[in-house]
Amino acid sequence: MAFWYDFVVGDDWRVALGVAAGLAVTYLASRGPVNAWWIMPVLVVVLLGWSLRRAVRRP
Amino acid sequence: MNGGGLFVAVFLACAVEAVEATTIVLAAGTARDWRSATAGTASALAVLGGLIAVLGPALSHVPLRGLRLVVGGLLLVFGLQWLRKAILRASGHKAMHDESLIFERELAAARAAATDRRFAVPDWYAFTLSFKGVLLEGLEVVFIALTFGSNQHDIPLAALAASAAVVVVAGAGVAVRAPLSRVPENTMKFVVGVMLTAFGTFWGAEGAGARWPGSDAALLALVPCVAAFGLVLTRVLSSSERELSGSVTS
Repeated sequence: MAFWYDFVVGDDWRVALGVAAGLAVTYLASRGPVNAWWIMPVLVVVLLGWSLRRAVRRP
Repeated sequence: MNGGGLFVAVFLACAVEAVEATTIVLAAGTARDWRSATAGTASALAVLGGLIAVLGPALSHVPLRGLRLVVGGLLLVFGLQWLRKAILRASGHKAMHDESLIFERELAAARAAATDRRFAVPDWYAFTLSFKGVLLEGLEVVFIALTFGSNQHDIPLAALAASAAVVVVAGAGVAVRAPLSRVPENTMKFVVGVMLTAFGTFWGAEGAGARWPGSDAALLALVPCVAAFGLVLTRVLSSSERELSGSVTS
């Protein structure tokens, strides 16, 4: 179990959760008239920046 | 992505993991028993080969949109983790991956363990150390090769790239009989992280129903944009690390 968690989720579970949430939002937005291609690139910028910020601030 | 891009992405990802697996096998062989270490490596490669043989054809039956959603999401998670680690190392916030140090650590642990003969294997410790090392490092490679290959409808080319990387790295390891500490592992990890992040973003969004402007050509913009963003973050974090070190020493 620990191996699979480490394999799939890795060092920062917030990144995995953020990706899942982003895909869900993209799916919901795409069902309407919105072309939601831009959601995931924006999410990548936010998630990577946020995760790195947390990592370097950790005591 | 053309065949060349697929080959390079899978080759690099596989080479990074193969360097790490080679260090473990070398430690097991040097400190314990080469026959058992080789048998462990061969067994793990057989399991990984079996996984490819079973999962490869099965993946080709999964609807492309569903496959891209799941695979894109997983690739994106992997890619962001690889990028995060590579940026932290390049900016000095995390120690660089040191194959020589890992080799020495594995060597010391292997020398301290007791010898135990099981089945036809003369040294069970060397066998299991090599088996686990190769299997665990190889699983991610199998996933990357299968997902890139199935999305591009060319699993054989992806498998060829993965095999070529294993042969090149393992051959170099056997030739020098030492950890491959001069391989620019962090740079390779950064490049693979960029590729996984860009392709994961593209396939994930497409699988979720979004339509990219320019269709597949969007990848030509995504890859350099992710790389540029990664380099900017590395630069920003490097200067903050230098400032921090300066304030500590002054």
